[in-house]
This record gives sequence, structure tokens and C-alpha cells, in this order.
Amino acid sequence: MGQFVLRRLGVMLLTALALTFVVFYLTNLQPNLEKLARTEGSVRMTEEAVQDWIEQNGHSGSVLLRYGQWLGVVPGWTYTDEKGQTRGRCMEIGQDPAAAPRYCGLLQGNWGFSTFFKKPVADSLGEKLAATGWLMLAVMLVMVPASLILGVLSGMREGSATDRALSTFSIASTATPEYVSGVVLVALFATAATGISPLLAEYGLIEPKKTLFLASATSAMDDITFWNFALPVLTIALYGIGYIARMTRASMTEVMTQQYIRTARLKGVPFRSVVMKHALRNALIAPFTVIMLQFPWLLNGVVIVESLFNYKGFGWTLVQAASNNDIPLLLACSVVAVIVVLLTQLISDIGYVFLNPRIRLA
Amino acid sequence: MDQLTWTGSAGTVLLPVIQIAVLALALALVAKLIFVLAGLDGPGLPGPDGAATSRAPGAFASLGIRISFFAALAAALLILAAGAVMPTPVEAGILGSMAVRFWPVWLALAATFILSIRFRRRLGLYGKLFDSNVGMIGFAIVMFWVFTAIFADAIITQDPLAQLSGLKNKVPGIAAPESPFGWYLLGGDHLARDVFSRMVMGAREVLKIAPAATLFAFMVGITLGLPAGYFGGRLDTFISFLANLVLAFPVILLFYLLVTPEIRVTGIPIVLAAILFVFPIVFLCVLWNSRYYTDPMKRNLYVGITLVIGLWAYSGLAFNMDPLGVWSMEPNMLNVFVSVVFVNSPGVFRIVRGLVMDIKARDYVAAGQTRGEGSWYIMLWEILPNARGPLIVDFCLRIGYTTILLGTLGFFGLGVSPDSPDWGSTIDDGRKLLNLFPHPALAPALALMSLVLGLNLLADGLREESLKD
Repeated sequence: MGQFVLRRLGVMLLTALALTFVVFYLTNLQPNLEKLARTEGSVRMTEEAVQDWIEQNGHSGSVLLRYGQWLGVVPGWTYTDEKGQTRGRCMEIGQDPAAAPRYCGLLQGNWGFSTFFKKPVADSLGEKLAATGWLMLAVMLVMVPASLILGVLSGMREGSATDRALSTFSIASTATPEYVSGVVLVALFATAATGISPLLAEYGLIEPKKTLFLASATSAMDDITFWNFALPVLTIALYGIGYIARMTRASMTEVMTQQYIRTARLKGVPFRSVVMKHALRNALIAPFTVIMLQFPWLLNGVVIVESLFNYKGFGWTLVQAASNNDIPLLLACSVVAVIVVLLTQLISDIGYVFLNPRIRLA
Repeated sequence: MDQLTWTGSAGTVLLPVIQIAVLALALALVAKLIFVLAGLDGPGLPGPDGAATSRAPGAFASLGIRISFFAALAAALLILAAGAVMPTPVEAGILGSMAVRFWPVWLALAATFILSIRFRRRLGLYGKLFDSNVGMIGFAIVMFWVFTAIFADAIITQDPLAQLSGLKNKVPGIAAPESPFGWYLLGGDHLARDVFSRMVMGAREVLKIAPAATLFAFMVGITLGLPAGYFGGRLDTFISFLANLVLAFPVILLFYLLVTPEIRVTGIPIVLAAILFVFPIVFLCVLWNSRYYTDPMKRNLYVGITLVIGLWAYSGLAFNMDPLGVWSMEPNMLNVFVSVVFVNSPGVFRIVRGLVMDIKARDYVAAGQTRGEGSWYIMLWEILPNARGPLIVDFCLRIGYTTILLGTLGFFGLGVSPDSPDWGSTIDDGRKLLNLFPHPALAPALALMSLVLGLNLLADGLREESLKD
């Protein structure tokens, strides 16, 4: 077991290095740097001035070395201009070059300075991650129980009307990407023009011109209420529910055909307790893996939903970093995303082994 | 000219019918739920004399659900059909007029279904699809959009890019005197363009890329997955590592990095295209060579034809240097296409690899090896045909997934021209004023959802039928 985890961790580390290097390479392409030079310097810079800017700010030279600097295994760049002033990656403005540390990268805890937020990446990212954490938590609280109940109910009696109805629902929900369900949900619940809000207002259940839910989750940054948080959570959860429910159903139907279920039924155990006591525990092993592997998908959903509902979390930050060419911020976002994906893969593998006594790793 | 109502004059009779039916459906569903929870569902045990017990209340609730559902469905279909016979759009209503606009699609659908059902016993897996209701519904939805894409020019009511003054964000059914049709069936968008025509044209945009990109991803996945699964060892470890690398990337991040105007300057999309587009040619050449290498005449002919056509298309698609100018792809489109193929291939690779590892232990593979067949012959002509069931199912699902990905790209405004009527970017345009004017975003959203749903149902039907073998 220990060896298995160690080997997985090794592969994970290698994957993380490779992925961050790819992101680093793609964000530090020449045209991106030129764009950065023009936004940081001035739009009317000449070609030569742009090249000078790139050189003077440590963006020239081998991409491997620059990646090493960012990682903190290669000494940071320094540049001394004609006036004899030295600037560098690891130096504050006006700091004595001799006093500055040589290495300052990810390993030293330096995530760089965000050009979009105008503050250190670590500060802004932490705050945004906390916001997304709440969103994820709410999504999980809705998604996991709902999908397991749906899956178990439909897998309990394969081919019954309940099964067919619930399966159709699951298929429909997997066929609805977040940007579609978000739009439909807003149109149904959060506009004063269509959907059920005008109807409710007509019956006097809600105030006129008000809507049942808010179409913007910006206010949820400070204060999460049912009113402003329900739609974003539901939008992300819906896409995942169908998938997990189908997996649960498949696993449940397989368990229900096992010999021990038949034995229990023939013994005269009521159907309800057969399901609850005999089938459920065995049927929930497979969905566990699926739920863990849903995290990378949630990440996708989070990006879409946060842009749609204007919730300033991790996904929103990623979009802003990418569209404003904020290289350090984008790199930090990708590190977080890659770590989330790889960690969930690892947890799902290990959890599977723990939950399923039939698998033994030598 | 008047504004159109949703259901026209047929609606005055049929709308109450629908309302009653839907109400009955809701009541029956609630009743069914109560019966299920109370344990009154399902037949009881037969009595001591063997007589069957009377029907449980749950069965009556199920009957109620069925009747009210079909009543609502029939009334809704009647509204559409009534629209077709009404003389003017005012009497036909929005739904009826739309049904009329889609007439080439209905004709083509009817022809497809009649012919397919008539000859279904001779059509293999495709024919068997018509034994499954789910599969048929899915196939009908998918073909609806395919035919819509084909006949889009006849269906649209006006040029999807034309802007008419005074129709900005107007509600569905608004009269548009300057438009050749006279009305904006689904209203106007934020630039006063016709939402209906844009939605129809969007089908063409989406269906132009999604199936082709999926096909390319399959070629890449199959060409790499077969040897990885069959030979295993270092090759497998290496390719699997690369595939996992791509799979561990959050898709949106990858898109933001790969589909930008800046990246086109560096030529990375062209390099990627040059690598990815070579796989179909390699695949076909190996396919012909492994089958016909004992018959050089035939082999040379097939491989020659593949090479000539393949390299001709390759030069045009990847490098935009086709000497005859037949094959070409806008740099914009190439970028999107390549990224989508790149994202999809590792998934296909994993599935193919898994299937091959399962199948290679079969007796017929051992028999082939004993006969002294080459590895590639066994992979391509023994293993691959036996893996076709799961692959076809995955192909359908993956087209749906690709459609979602393309929508995501459009939603973030990546790699599409701003005027493009494709569904993703139309949703993106519409979402800014979503809580005031939901209709411009709603139409493409529902269209995209129905297409993906159709593909999922089709895949489900195919899976069911292929498992019956």
C-alpha cells in the first residue's frame, strides 16, 4: 500500500511539473510577452522598445531557465541599467542587490505579482479560493445525496416505470451543460419578464418586480443566502447529478442481480430492508470513485457558472487572468487546478482500495 | 401587421386541453409517489386459490400518468399540425409557423423513417435501432438537427446577419415589416437580428465541426490505442502518460491557452494540426496494407488512392497550401478544430486501449497469431471490428460532448468570429441582458440541449441494442 501511494505520488509530481511547464510555455510565448509589454509599458512602444522591455524584465532567454526561476530552482534574474541601478526578480524596488535572496519562486512561497489585481498573487488567490470553496461545498451537499437517491431508486427495480422516468431525467441532465441550464434556470426563476416570477407576483406571493431568485451571485461574496446562491449551486449540481446517478444505477442494478440478494429475498426479508441493508453498501463503492473524479468537471462548471452569475471566485479569476494576460495569476490558477485534479485522482484510487476489500495491492 | 401569439387560433381550443392534461399529469405523479412510499405499488401476492389480486392503486396512478401525458403530447402536436394548415402566420401562431418553416425537415425525416423501418432487417445495427423506442426518439432528434443544418437556407426567414431597425430585443412573434417573412418568430436579439434564423443557421455551424472533430479524435485515439493496448510495455506507459497529462488539464484552461489570437502568430495550431491530421492517413494506409499486402496490385491501388487524396487534403487543411484550392480552413476554425480534437483524443485512446486489452485475450486473436498474421492485421481486422459496439456508442456520446465543448468555446468568446450564429456565442451574447430579455439566449440554449440529449438517447438505444447480440 505504502509503495503504491509513493509511486502514485511520484507520477503525480512528474505530471504536475510537466503540466505547469506546458502552461508556462504557452503563457510565455513571444506574442503574449509583447502584449504584456504593451499593456505594462505603453501601447505606442516601438518594436525595439518592446524587445528591450522584455529583456529588461527578465522575460528573455531560455524558457527552461525562466521556468526554473518561477519554480525557484534557478537564481532569479537581475538587470543593471545604464544608471547602474539593479532590478531583479527577487528584489523590491530600491532594495540593495546584495541583501536580496537569490532564489524566489514557487518553492520559496513567492507566487509572483498579479498585474490584474495589482497585488501579490497569493493574497488574491486565497480569498477567491475561499469563495469557490463555499460554492463547491454547497454543490456537493446538493449533488451527492440527490444523485445517490436517484441512482438507487432507479437501479432498485431495473426496467420499471420509475427507473425509466428517472433514467430519462439523468440523461437529460447530463445533456445540459452549465451554460444552458444556467440560462434556462435564470429565465424560469430569476427574471421579472418570463418564467414563474411574474405569475407569483400576480398571485401576490412575492413583491411585484421582484424575482424568486437572484440572477447574480455577486452579493453572495459577502453574505450567502438561499436567495442569491440557489441558482449557481443548482446549475453546477444538475450537470453532475445525471452522471453520478447513472453510475449509481449501473452499480445498483448489478448488485441487485447478485446471488445474496436473491437469497435474502427468498428468505422473506422485506424488499425495503434488502435494499437498505444488503444492496446499498455494496452498490455505493463505484459511485465513490465517480464522485471524486467529478471534481475536475466541477472545476469546469465553476468557471462557467462564476462567469455567468458574476460570482468572483476561482473560476472568475481564471477567466480574468486569461483574458487580461496576467501570466503569474494564470500560472497560479493552473497550479491550483492541476493539484486539485491530481489529488482527487489519488484519493479516488486509494479510497477505492479501502472500500473494496477484494482489491489487494501487494 | 399584428404580433403573433404563441399558439395562434388553434390554441384557443387546445391550450385549455393542455392545461388540464398537465394538471392531471402532475396529480397522477403525486399520487404515484404517495402510493410508492406507502407501499401500495406493485402487484400483491396471488391469493390461496391462485387467483390474481386486484390491481394495486399504484397501477391506476401509472395509467393516469400515461393517459394524461399522451393527451398533453397529442394536444401539443395538434397545435403544430394545425399551424401547418392555417392560411396565415397570424392564425398559425409562432409554434405553427415554425412548424411550417421546417417543412423540408419533416419531409426528410418521414422519408428516412419510412425507408429505415421498411428495410430495418437488412440494415444491421442501424436497423436494430428502430426496435428501441429510446433509440428512435434520439435518432429522430439528431436527424432533425442534421436536416435543419442541411436545409437551413430554406428554413430561415431572413439573413441571420441582417439587422432591422426598431427590433432590438423585441419579444417573440413581433411584426417585422421589412423582413421578407414579415415577423420575427422568436424575437430580435441585442443587435436586432432574427433569433430564429440565427438558431437555424447555428445548427449548421455546430454540425459542421462537431462530427468531423470527433471523427478525427477517433482516428488519433484508435491509431495510438491499438498498439498501446496490444503491445503494452514501454510504448503503452509512454502514450498513457501523455494521455493522462492532457486529461488532467482543466479543459477551459487549455482552451484559454490554445485558442487565442496570439497563439496563431506562433504557429502552434499549425504544428498541432500537422501532427493530428496525419493520423487518419496513417490509419487508412496501415489498414489497407495489412489487409492486402499479399495482393500488391490491390494494395498499391488502395494505398495510392489514400495517399493522393489524403496528402492533398492534408496540405490544404493543415498548411492551407492546397495547390488546387479545394481544401482549406480558416485559421480561426483550424484553431478551434485542432483544440477540440486534441482535447478529445486522449479519452478515445483510453477507451480503445481498454477494449483492446480485453479482446486480445480471446481465442480468435490467438488463432490469428498462430496462423502467423501480422500484428497490425490482428489489431485492425480482428480486434477493431469486434470492438465496434462500444466505439459506436462512445462516438455518439462524444459528438454530444464535442458540441458542449464548442458551445463552451463560444460562450467564452474564444476562436469564433463575433458575428457567427453558432449556439455557444449566441448564448454568450444573450446572457448579458438575460434577466430583462431571456429569449435571445433561450432559443440557442434549448437547441443545443435538445441536440445533445438526442445524441445521448441515440447512444443509449444503440448500447441497448448492441448488447442484445
